[in-house]
Amino acid sequence: MDFDFSPEDEAFRAEVQAFIAEHAPKPGDDAGVAKWHAAVREKRWVGFSWPSEVGGGGGTISQQVILKDEMSKAKAPSLGSCFMGLAWVGPALIEYGTEAQKKRFIPDILDGKYQWCTGYSEPDSGSDLASLKCKGVRDGDDYVVNGQKIWTSIAMWSKWIILLVRTSGDGTKHEGITCLLVPMDSDGIEVRPIQNMSGGSMFAEVFFNDVRVPVENRLGSEGEGWKVTVSALAHERSSIAEVTGLQRTIGSIRELAARCQKNGKPASEDPGIRRRIAEADTKVEAMRLNGLGALTRQLKDASLPGETSVNKLHRANLEIELGELAVAIQGERGPLDGAVTEEDGKWQRLALNWPEVVIGGGTPNIQRNIIAERMLGLPKD
Amino acid sequence: MNFGFTEEQDLLRSEARKFLDERCGLDTVREITEDASGPGFSRDLWKQIAELGWVGLTIPEAHGGAGLGWVDWVVVLEETGRSLFPSPLISTALAAHAIARFGSEAQQAAWLPRLANGSTIGTVAVLETGQVPGVEGIDLRGRASADGLTLSGDKTFVSDAACADLFVLAFRSETGHGLALVEAGASGLTVEALPGIDLTKRVGRLSLDSVRVGADAVLEAADAEAVGALLDAGAVAVTAEATGAAQAALSLTVSFANDRVQFGKPIAQFQGVKHPLAEMYVDITSFQSLVYYAAWCIDEGHEDAAIAAARAKAYASDVFPRIGIDVVGLHGGVGYTWEYDAHLYLKRAKWVRPAFGDADWHYDRVAQLGGF
Repeated sequence: MDFDFSPEDEAFRAEVQAFIAEHAPKPGDDAGVAKWHAAVREKRWVGFSWPSEVGGGGGTISQQVILKDEMSKAKAPSLGSCFMGLAWVGPALIEYGTEAQKKRFIPDILDGKYQWCTGYSEPDSGSDLASLKCKGVRDGDDYVVNGQKIWTSIAMWSKWIILLVRTSGDGTKHEGITCLLVPMDSDGIEVRPIQNMSGGSMFAEVFFNDVRVPVENRLGSEGEGWKVTVSALAHERSSIAEVTGLQRTIGSIRELAARCQKNGKPASEDPGIRRRIAEADTKVEAMRLNGLGALTRQLKDASLPGETSVNKLHRANLEIELGELAVAIQGERGPLDGAVTEEDGKWQRLALNWPEVVIGGGTPNIQRNIIAERMLGLPKD
Repeated sequence: MNFGFTEEQDLLRSEARKFLDERCGLDTVREITEDASGPGFSRDLWKQIAELGWVGLTIPEAHGGAGLGWVDWVVVLEETGRSLFPSPLISTALAAHAIARFGSEAQQAAWLPRLANGSTIGTVAVLETGQVPGVEGIDLRGRASADGLTLSGDKTFVSDAACADLFVLAFRSETGHGLALVEAGASGLTVEALPGIDLTKRVGRLSLDSVRVGADAVLEAADAEAVGALLDAGAVAVTAEATGAAQAALSLTVSFANDRVQFGKPIAQFQGVKHPLAEMYVDITSFQSLVYYAAWCIDEGHEDAAIAAARAKAYASDVFPRIGIDVVGLHGGVGYTWEYDAHLYLKRAKWVRPAFGDADWHYDRVAQLGGF
């Protein structure tokens, strides 16, 4: 057991810290943010884990961890701005894309030229994603797509969608799925934003009506869509950025508890509140260490299938608990909104937006299934 | 960066597991511990594990130990926990840990070799009846006399009290807190075994009525901070055993759920069974990570040592009793029987909860140490 990084890695950490000190923009400095994105791109820190042949940074696993850790600690702007492109469209392209597709899309993802959205869930296919019905029928050099997607985050601001369609009803439900890359301005696509319970709109329904997609926009072979999707989702194991984010939230909640009164004293002196904060702190520390364990196995090429689900469950519970705690600390102002609350309703919004993290990317019950089946070897339902 | 074990540590684990599986399966554990007239452990197996070096694992080589660290020690404890191995191993090793860390060279030379080879059984006596598992709860008085110390007061929840030859005992004096070595049979010392529901863990209480010990029996460098560090070490050791025991309980239940058929299929297929098992896995994995880090902090003398121990014990004390209940419950009727093994883990969890401080105590410490 050894928590020290090598001298080369520590030198890299120093380089990252120096870079942040020089380039990180002050809050509200929009021009500074644009400069930041250009500077981190120049450094090849956008797509840092990707191979250098495609324009990525070719960073080692430990350097990726250090980079994320330092960025998150410094509350620096993101590395790159094409969120889903960086999270899974790029990795899927790297593994399954043709040379032409890589050339066409990867530089734009790294440069953050436009957004990608993700067309996976459908009204009748949520947790049971592989049952999806949105149809792709081959017609000459095109697929003709008909059907509906839902819960598609940022669909209204995206230029492209990575889309799963059913191209065959034969074989298992996983085998008939194909992955297509589709321009959002194609004829026959309609986007209808959905308002969520916090009043905001981040996701949408997307309707496809005889949308023609050239075969050259297929990612992977026909019927390989499930593999393309799963492999792209399964590469991040350290959860380091989530951990630093949660630590920061807990820090802010401690400050909040010191400002708010409970039973005539600062809430930070209330045993019940203190216990909840200590429990959250302990779970985040467990996440940090679980992540380092997973990272160690990744470095030894001995990752356990499904192990990321442990931290995903913790994160889901914490997202809900921290919002609840912050609202509870505010007592009778908890259910209020706006300027009469602490920090202008920030915590109320947190308490209303947990489903974005908790439901997106696999519900807690799906994570429990993954743990039961892959880590404990229990049979499928 | 490596949050994993070395090849040597993996080997130590597999040797420990092999030894325990071969020599002390649960049938043997029951035989040893259900014998009401016996000491609660096998002196023969005790001798063997001392020869294997487990008792003196962290004792310096110069004093007859293996000179290894707490991370190695945790590896062994996970295995003794997995087997519910009944022995005064943690007690003796903690007594040795206290002497090695806070005793004089003479005290170390006098006691450590005998503790390492198992010929002397030691234990630590800190807790008193006020339910304050920290230094603040120590009220046993040490009055300075011409040639040493006179100790008066009571201790409770002393592990392996009835079989211990040597007590490392926490006291309060005019000048502060300290640790004294009191031998079994000392005049004025009454040792009473207490009945417990976990037969694999024997506890007792001590009553000291003006017990006189010489100046050479007071650990030189022991102060309030030292007592705190000893309590943290105890919390880490107990939590390490708890991870092994909880994993064994989980795997017992997983096998049962795979075999037991109801409504025409293994109950392992029902999410009402799968999901609690998954939750157990998440919790056990998490307090295991916390205890590994806490052990590493002890080895490194890291500033996180106290909060890391508190986090590990808090988490384990909170969830392990619930795991014990769920393990019994998921088995249905058979889990309630004496014959089936599920209850052994439920009972261990009940012993683990208060040992070196429960979840309420340790979460409060996390808040204090974290500066909340």
